[in-house]
Amino acid sequence: MEYQEQKDLRAFAIRIRMAALEAIHSIGSGHVGGAMSIADTLAVLYGREMNVRPEDPKWADRDCLVVSKGHAGPAVYATLALKGFFPYEELKTLNRGGTRLPSHCDRNKTPGVDVTTGSLGQGTSQAAGLALGNRIKGRKNRVFLIVGDGEAEEGQCWESFLFASAKKLSNLVVLIDWNKRQLDGYLDDVLPMGDFVAKMEAFGFDTVMVDGGDVAQIAAALERTRAGGDKPYAIVLDTVKGHGVDEVEQTAMNHSMPVTDERFERWTAELRQKLEALEG
Amino acid sequence: MKIVYNGELNPRLCKDVLGETIAEIVNADENAIYLDADLMSCISTLKWAKANPERAVDCGIAEANMAGVAAGLAVAGFKPIIHSFGTFASRRIYDQIFLSGGYAKNDITVIGTDPGVTATMNGGTHMPFEDVALYNALPGATVIDASDPVCLISVLKQCQNRPGIKYIRVGRKQLARIYADGSELEIGKAVTLREGTDAVIFAAGLMLHEALQAAASLEAQGVSAAVVDCFTIKPIDADAIEAWAKKCGAVVVAENANRHGGLYDIILEVLAERCPVPAAVVAVEDEFGEVGTQGYLQERFGLTAAHIEEQVRTVLARK
Ligand SMILES: Cc1ncc(C[n+]2csc(CCOP(=O)(O)OP(=O)(O)O)c2C)c(N)n1
Repeated sequence: MEYQEQKDLRAFAIRIRMAALEAIHSIGSGHVGGAMSIADTLAVLYGREMNVRPEDPKWADRDCLVVSKGHAGPAVYATLALKGFFPYEELKTLNRGGTRLPSHCDRNKTPGVDVTTGSLGQGTSQAAGLALGNRIKGRKNRVFLIVGDGEAEEGQCWESFLFASAKKLSNLVVLIDWNKRQLDGYLDDVLPMGDFVAKMEAFGFDTVMVDGGDVAQIAAALERTRAGGDKPYAIVLDTVKGHGVDEVEQTAMNHSMPVTDERFERWTAELRQKLEALEG
Repeated sequence: MKIVYNGELNPRLCKDVLGETIAEIVNADENAIYLDADLMSCISTLKWAKANPERAVDCGIAEANMAGVAAGLAVAGFKPIIHSFGTFASRRIYDQIFLSGGYAKNDITVIGTDPGVTATMNGGTHMPFEDVALYNALPGATVIDASDPVCLISVLKQCQNRPGIKYIRVGRKQLARIYADGSELEIGKAVTLREGTDAVIFAAGLMLHEALQAAASLEAQGVSAAVVDCFTIKPIDADAIEAWAKKCGAVVVAENANRHGGLYDIILEVLAERCPVPAAVVAVEDEFGEVGTQGYLQERFGLTAAHIEEQVRTVLARK
């Protein structure tokens, strides 16, 4: 990937973090940790890999994204707003009565959201069904599925993975946000998931692991998945919960956090600094 | 038992009360065991659980497995208490709790937090309006909508030695202060919170406060409405329902749940069989949930004192 494109994607990821924090700050608190850890992947998906039309969000041949860890909604909305699916200002309606931007992703509310999620595990089967349906319809598009590492404790995930590989859904790319933490703390303390790469391979996926905070690595892994073949793809994203904002990363219990005015100022200042360093 | 309602909130957060009471029960009973599905930090049990890993088990985000494990623990002689958010503690685990639990006669206490509109910021995917209906349909189950922290403590302790599946729904934040600290409420016995002669309001959970507000407002307009706490939805206190229906001749039911399959249906069965009188309901009108503050959601789904007043007037006109 060209150096300039890499820089643009990194800047996009920072802007996604800033916008997600702006949305969460406007309502006072929310799922900060898991929104931050997935920002780089969202930047590469929407900045490079996915074929979508912001002006025509329901275009039948679009690539679809299923965010099965539906609580990362604010990061998804930030990305969609920056891509022009809806006005940026609307981010500040997050979780307000009557909003189009509820805490968990909702296909009937938000332009650009393809699948309704929030009950962990359920997005995985819907993604498999969507990929199967697209293939039967003869579409050339692909389905990207983001799964939380804690979410992967749900048995349903593994039922869907088994199904996807049995049906040879090579138009499905599963991205596992291996940020090591769930709600009650570290997976290793709650319910260790062991080796995700070995597990996905054993379930019949073409699997790689990348640094999920490095847009170049994510982009390269995604590029590989264009090849098709007879296996679904898995990309294990080695990430940090809260990635990109030091104070959030260092807060052990950062699943859901209040974003006070003070924190918002401080965190945004850090991100702005990173953006300036990048763009000059 | 002493009623101390004055319109104010009980200062204690229900999640803290849950955390303390669960720890107390498990510490006192060698056969008690508590299981959670990655939501210990949501009901203040995490710290205690870390110090007692044998008796407080985090099953991870795998609710159906947790329900099955609880059933196995019951076979091994334990009396499990399991917790998740109300949606997952009902819909997500229904087959497991129904068969491995109820049908197999493995006694389990299930706590479902954030019932109905109290799921607020988590929105529609996390907003159980149907949990009551599901557990009502489980043979022999006990279904509780906790009135306040005092009721919660009393009920939790009784559930420990009660056979069958016990489902307790309760929010994690504050509820109105209804009972004096230390009061005991017997499961299966409705409690009269306010006397009245023209109509009776049967309510549960957060709707008790709305019902009592409505009754006060109606009194100022010359309408005498009784308010009865139906914290035990199943088994319903049929004698109390019948007696109050006979006395007032008009019934309004107020619940933080879908109108179908919940407290309203159970009370209508009693009325139909024992004392048919005009009845009306204040509940969710067969809709899915959505995101917002509790205030917004109570307005949105028609769960306020004003809605109760309106239904009391409607039902009085049909008397
Ligand atoms: C079925 C289900 N159970 C429980 C929850 C509550 N919940 C929301 S997020 C979360 C932790 C998720 O952890 P992980 O998948 O690792 O997400 P991340 O760390 O990326 O935020 C839990 C337990 C839920 N939304 N759905």
